[in-house]
Amino acid sequence: MREIEADQISNKVAELFIDAAHNLPEDVVAALQRARDSEESPLGRQILEEILENAKTAREEMIPLCQDTGTSVVFVELGQEVHIAGGDLAEAINRGVAKGYTEGFLRKSIVERPFSARKNTGDNTPAVVHLELVPGDKMKITVLPKGGGCENMSRLAILLPGQGREGVVDFVLRAVEEASGNPCPPLILGVGIGGTAEHCMSLAKKALTRRVGDPNPDPEAADLERELLEKVNALGLGPQAVGGTNTALAVHVETFPTHITALPVAVNIQCHSARLKSAEL
Amino acid sequence: MSKEIRLPLTEDTVAGLRAGDHVRLTGVIYTARDAAHKRMIEALDRGEPLPIDIKGAVIYYVGPTPERPGRVIGAAGPTTSMRLNPYTARLMAQGLKATIGKGGRSDEVKEALKRCKGVYFLAVGGTGALLSKRIKKAEVVAYEDLGTEAIRRLEVEGFPVIVANDMYGNDLLELGKAQYQKRDRLGSYVPVKEKAAQSNGGGN
Repeated sequence: MREIEADQISNKVAELFIDAAHNLPEDVVAALQRARDSEESPLGRQILEEILENAKTAREEMIPLCQDTGTSVVFVELGQEVHIAGGDLAEAINRGVAKGYTEGFLRKSIVERPFSARKNTGDNTPAVVHLELVPGDKMKITVLPKGGGCENMSRLAILLPGQGREGVVDFVLRAVEEASGNPCPPLILGVGIGGTAEHCMSLAKKALTRRVGDPNPDPEAADLERELLEKVNALGLGPQAVGGTNTALAVHVETFPTHITALPVAVNIQCHSARLKSAEL
Repeated sequence: MSKEIRLPLTEDTVAGLRAGDHVRLTGVIYTARDAAHKRMIEALDRGEPLPIDIKGAVIYYVGPTPERPGRVIGAAGPTTSMRLNPYTARLMAQGLKATIGKGGRSDEVKEALKRCKGVYFLAVGGTGALLSKRIKKAEVVAYEDLGTEAIRRLEVEGFPVIVANDMYGNDLLELGKAQYQKRDRLGSYVPVKEKAAQSNGGGN
């Protein structure tokens, strides 16, 4: 049994959210540079140039990349041989979120009583936590501050089994085309296929934690990713949907076995400000 | 090439703008998002005056991050305009001339732009750090309790926007998509526009 102090978790969570808000990951920057170099639309190229310049300004001047510093989504891979001392995990994470968003001058965007009072909780808590128990005595924390513009364009459908691959492709293209400029293209698309309704959407979200453009290790899923990326970029939306050839930077597909009656498919969209940071304790 | 525009907007200036134009705005703009719009509409419903002079005004859909000490404002990029569609025509009837946001507008808003001779600008979504540098002064002027959603009066200098919808009914998002869509590479997928035409046509 290895002990990890709850305070250590809080401090790490705070640090990761502040880091994520200001420093766009290298793989995202590289993908944006490739998009700029390949973009056919002059206006699209200019927008991509501004997005890259924004990343530089944010990093150098400590201004958040985007004013929407998101819902605090936290993925925890917890080694089953870890004991958390001095507090419980959920509290430790939320303390970290409150600290990071307050001390880091990040926007607090979470309201309680969603269908009535919609009162701001004041510190961006509670976090949305995805906990996975894994072998070992380590703890990996990944933070994904998720903007509203792109999250609001999420889609879930339970297709008929017979609709197959073509049905999945059609559904994803429809979701992206109808979302248009709302989710801030160029996008990273998380696509979940299979499982149950809630697991399918969780796969789509998990797909966004992959390094941008790394293919799914399963050749069939990787082939579907290639087809989806090519077709999404043929839609013509382009950067900010002003027209262009780079609507998505990457498509990440995650699959799970499903019930004989169903073909669940979920789309979770990430904007170009694809903020993501991890650390191991 | 960008057009430099000094605010407030005049009828002539708006008439000279076309979808796709690059524009740099200098002068006063106001921020408002969902919660502030809801309150403004409720004020109009009660016959009360609006908290800002709406005649000829420009509203920027933004909720900035808190400013660090010594700075004017935090990150301040556009939010999704779609959510403000239900309120826009009503405010334009009161004299609102332009709005700034990201993403497309509804048919209702596009009609209001024609009727009230207004314009909808895009700011580049997700460039809140860069855009904040163009804001020289910021002060909360109404609904302070709404925090980031309060109405702020901003003084901007060379604030870069793109005309998305002009007063003649042109729509940059539609034009751009039509230009760059590669229909032959979409397989069996039927694009939104064709699908709408199919369901409206009904003949076959």
